[in-house]
Amino acid sequence: MASTAVNPTRMELTRLKKRLVTARRGHKLLKDKRDELMRQFFDIVRRNRELRAKVEEGLTQAYAGMKVASAVMSSDFLEQALLYPSQSVSLTMDSRNIMSVQTPVYHFQRENDNKGGIFPYGYAQTSGELDDAIAAFSDIFEEMLELAQIEKTMQLMAQEIERTRRRVNALEYVMIPDMEESIRYITMKLDENERSNTVRLMKVKDMVLNEAHNYETY
Amino acid sequence: MAQSYKIGVIGDSLTVNGFKALGLDTYACPTVDNARRALRTMAQENYAIVYITEQLAAEMTADIARYKDSVTPAVILIPGSAGSLGIGKNSLREAVERAVGGADIL
Repeated sequence: MASTAVNPTRMELTRLKKRLVTARRGHKLLKDKRDELMRQFFDIVRRNRELRAKVEEGLTQAYAGMKVASAVMSSDFLEQALLYPSQSVSLTMDSRNIMSVQTPVYHFQRENDNKGGIFPYGYAQTSGELDDAIAAFSDIFEEMLELAQIEKTMQLMAQEIERTRRRVNALEYVMIPDMEESIRYITMKLDENERSNTVRLMKVKDMVLNEAHNYETY
Repeated sequence: MAQSYKIGVIGDSLTVNGFKALGLDTYACPTVDNARRALRTMAQENYAIVYITEQLAAEMTADIARYKDSVTPAVILIPGSAGSLGIGKNSLREAVERAVGGADIL
């Protein structure tokens, strides 16, 4: 135990008591932080779950459409049709502060450089199935972005919660008990010193009285 | 903060084709090794989001875990063209376990 390492002095005792007060306050604050983080975390987990289900379903459909398209068209034409995309996506990122966790917020902008909408090809050599497949991808894309944001937020928060939880536990089960133990040890030691001092004084007094007046006090 | 970021997709060629039309940067990776290399280069450039198919991700969990605690890139698993493996949902559970400390309470 840490108590053997401390000096049993009054100064040390004052210092430890101050530290204990700080540790208790820190523990309380961290615990509140952890609880609030948890609450928000579970909101995000719930949202993530919904989004993921939606994205997975949407993507499965989009893939199916793509497969049909690739079955109808020759693979060369398919490759060629998609070779040069007509739109590009630019993404900017802000950060949002959730309980001192910096989480990303994505903003995206689609830039379209032709008037044919989302399709990067002419309609002459491609099939309607491809159009459908591309449209399906385009539809699900917004949700995919949100999923990315939510999932990253979730990961970052999980990390922060883990760290906070460790700190709470370290304070609760190691730091604070250690300090209490040390304080108890010092108090005991000081009290003991006080008592032995008293006894010594009584003893000395007896001896002095005995010498001066031949009192027999014991 | 008005820096513009890129979005990447790593997957097999069939998966990647659809995203190419949306204007995302796609990397068709037939093998896990290719995917690993692609992910590494993307992480060094300014990619904010990297979508990667579960089929590839299953073989490179260590590489993906490395980016879990940094803000960019966000590595997000998506089902590949062969269907969902449930790894993406798994990552949700992992995060919960990490936060709660062992037990999956959901």
